[in-house]
Amino acid sequence: MEKLAWLVPALPLVAWAVLLLVGRRLPGGGAAVGILAVAVGWVISLAILFGVIGGADAYHVSTEWTPIGAGFEIPFGMTVDGLAAVLLVVVTTVSLLVQLYSVSYMRGDERYTFFFAKLSLFTAGMLIVVLADNLLLMLFGWEVMGVCSYFLIGHYWEDVANARAAVKAFLTTRVGDLGFMAGIFVFAWAARSFEIERIIEGVATGEISSTTVTLGAALLFCGAIGKSGQFPLHTWLPDAMAGPTPVSALIHAATMVAAGVFLVARMYPVFEASGSVLNEIGILASITMLIAALLALVQDDIKRVLAYSTVSQLAYMMAALSVGGYSAGIFHLFTHAFFKALLFLAAGAIIHAVHSNNMSEMGGLARAMPVTFGTFLVGALALAGIAPLAGFWSKDEILTDAWNAGFAGAGEAATSQSVAQIVFVTGMVTAFLTALYVGRMLWLTFGAAFRGQGHPHEADAAMLFPLVVLAVGAALAGFAGLGDNSIGTWIATEHLPAHGPATLNLGLIVVTTVVALTGLAIGTALYRRGLPEREYLERVPVVWKTLQRKFFLDDLYEQGIVRAVAGALAPATYWFDQRAVDGVVNGAGLGTRRLARGLRYVQSGQAQWYAAALFIGVVGLAVVVTQLIGG
Amino acid sequence: MTGQEVAFLILALIGGLAGLLVVTSRNVVHAALYLVVALSSVAGVYLLLAAPFVAFVQVIIYVGAIVVLILFGIMLTRAPVGRRVLDNTLRARVGAFVVGAGMFVMLTVFLAGAFGGERIANQAATATSALGESLFRNYVLPFEAVSVLLLAALIGAIVLARRD
Amino acid sequence: MPLIYPLVFAAFLFSAGVYGVLARRNAVMVLMSIELMLNAVNVNLVAFNAYLQDQLVSGQVFALFVIAVAAAEVGIGLAIVLLIFRNRETVNIDEVDLLRW
Repeated sequence: MEKLAWLVPALPLVAWAVLLLVGRRLPGGGAAVGILAVAVGWVISLAILFGVIGGADAYHVSTEWTPIGAGFEIPFGMTVDGLAAVLLVVVTTVSLLVQLYSVSYMRGDERYTFFFAKLSLFTAGMLIVVLADNLLLMLFGWEVMGVCSYFLIGHYWEDVANARAAVKAFLTTRVGDLGFMAGIFVFAWAARSFEIERIIEGVATGEISSTTVTLGAALLFCGAIGKSGQFPLHTWLPDAMAGPTPVSALIHAATMVAAGVFLVARMYPVFEASGSVLNEIGILASITMLIAALLALVQDDIKRVLAYSTVSQLAYMMAALSVGGYSAGIFHLFTHAFFKALLFLAAGAIIHAVHSNNMSEMGGLARAMPVTFGTFLVGALALAGIAPLAGFWSKDEILTDAWNAGFAGAGEAATSQSVAQIVFVTGMVTAFLTALYVGRMLWLTFGAAFRGQGHPHEADAAMLFPLVVLAVGAALAGFAGLGDNSIGTWIATEHLPAHGPATLNLGLIVVTTVVALTGLAIGTALYRRGLPEREYLERVPVVWKTLQRKFFLDDLYEQGIVRAVAGALAPATYWFDQRAVDGVVNGAGLGTRRLARGLRYVQSGQAQWYAAALFIGVVGLAVVVTQLIGG
Repeated sequence: MTGQEVAFLILALIGGLAGLLVVTSRNVVHAALYLVVALSSVAGVYLLLAAPFVAFVQVIIYVGAIVVLILFGIMLTRAPVGRRVLDNTLRARVGAFVVGAGMFVMLTVFLAGAFGGERIANQAATATSALGESLFRNYVLPFEAVSVLLLAALIGAIVLARRD
Repeated sequence: MPLIYPLVFAAFLFSAGVYGVLARRNAVMVLMSIELMLNAVNVNLVAFNAYLQDQLVSGQVFALFVIAVAAAEVGIGLAIVLLIFRNRETVNIDEVDLLRW
């Protein structure tokens, strides 16, 4: 079955092409094509995952794409190992459910078929990233996702704000991508190959100097910063909520943003070999998770709460990877995909019903939309880390690894102890904040009385079905991390031995549960009766202002970078293009005209002038030939 | 200085002067007559170079036919008189002089360099029969070609100058 | 006599012809200058023939050909000059410059 793995990205790619060309004419707008492609991929992915669980070996196939010679090839191949299998299942499952959901959510949209085409292309891109055996191919899929993200966020581009959000997302991730590309080339040059296996081997055997490894790893991580929304490139994620909700569920919850985490995991031996980069990851992750959680606390738009929550949870995954928790990070990716996608889709159903994104116009929906409420609750509690739901297990594993690295002195991680301690502390604080904003979100949306217009009603079956499926996943996915044959063993490779959950640290479990419950309790107490007159944090103006202006980061970027580029660099480049570049082109033409204007006097039409030229030429030639040549 | 050389020098002087006057005279008809002098002196030179037949042909064709043709041309085109009408601007003339002088210098220098010390041996005048033999045996093809050329020129001139 | 004498004479005639071609405005005068040049060439040919004492007398034969061609050329040339004169009332060749830019 591993041999068929190439079909998994290939089918959505074909679906994209078909939908683009003939989609509009197909019955139902061609949605079935996209769904079918992903469904087949989903089946294959499950089969592969079961194979891995059953103990299958990693499968690697590769062919040379373009022979460059000089011992450097550009390979084109795929690696189907445990890590890839897990991600395959995650991506295809979420993609399939999102597409099913979109059939109903996007009904009546003007660009319905194009939407499904974009979803298919995006899925193909992510799957290419997952399966790629070399960094160049991964970069290809990476960029495809970036472009699709732009298109999908800007789906409702008639509103200029949406178009701007799409551009912001694209450009911000692009900044990260520059570092990513530089990192790829550093490693490719050092290891003489783009293949991941070769690079990892090169690092392991010490063939690549440690400075190169550190430099390359830091650069690669830049790409992850951009794509996975870590500080300081996280500003695009909240704005990306301008896109349709299924997009947010697929891209900004489960897949694209996970690509950065996947990258670090894929290249983990390289990152492990350079401790300073891991430290850097840890610090950035800690900062990110904290500020994102704080910002989630003051949002009115329900999707923005979820967006900041995603940023925060991604930071958790990165933090896990930074303290040596390779399997913890992937485990959290796995569970997060389920409950975050669920939350977004449920939010979509709510938005559909209430015709507004703002929680200030919601409330009391528990009675009006029971199924949605139920599934949303499951997802929210999973997010807050309440046992026995999925989020609890993965979050707990992360905190355990951080504790071990920071305080218990397991010493096997390459990270420094102090960084691990910081990670642990911020992780705990963020867990509290997470529970807090989850409670706020739940009560404002579903509790007290309805504050909006109209009569909201339950979503239809096509939208509810994915919600229920994901709720089941969010509830049970955590158990994949338990036992001997767990996710830890599945994703083990020869360089990264199986790292199952550390022996359950009961003390830690108790502490985290208490923290989470406390957060929920406070949230309940504050927001049980719905939206207060003034938000609590508004009472501290400084804090409120900072949070409302998103820690002034957007302003900083706007003034500092955008202003400088658009204000100075762009006009300068424009001038250069118009005058220098065009000048050369126009100048070539003008120069020729001027030369011609001078030269045309040769064509005077007067025979005597021609004769004169002839005689002068003869004399000249005679002199030249006899004096200079003949001699 | 042999008599031959003296004769040659006299003829060369006359011919050179006449040639100079052809190109600088202010009157067209005078120029044509100076041309006659120049061509005749050239015929004399031919005689000195042991080519009597060529000298006769020169006189008959050039002086007899071509100059007459030129005089007819002058008459039919109502050639005017006067420097301003006949010559180009001063600038052009100076340029022409430079080119001409340059040509002369170049030719003289090279020829002197190549054939400086050679002499033409005394020889009997070329018998016309020898010329005829050579013409009709070895060079009969160019001969025929030239006759066709003359025919074409004849027809061409008639066609061009017709009044229709 | 030294070979150089007729050669210099020919060179002089040729240069005079060149001057005439370039400096004269009247078309007929230009034709006359051309005749001078052709004659100079002929002198050259005959001089070398005398110097080399060629068996085939090719110098003189060639000179005859040149004379014949010169005759043809003057005929055609004057016919053209006549036509120009008929069309434009002028034989100044610097006024016949339609092939200019």
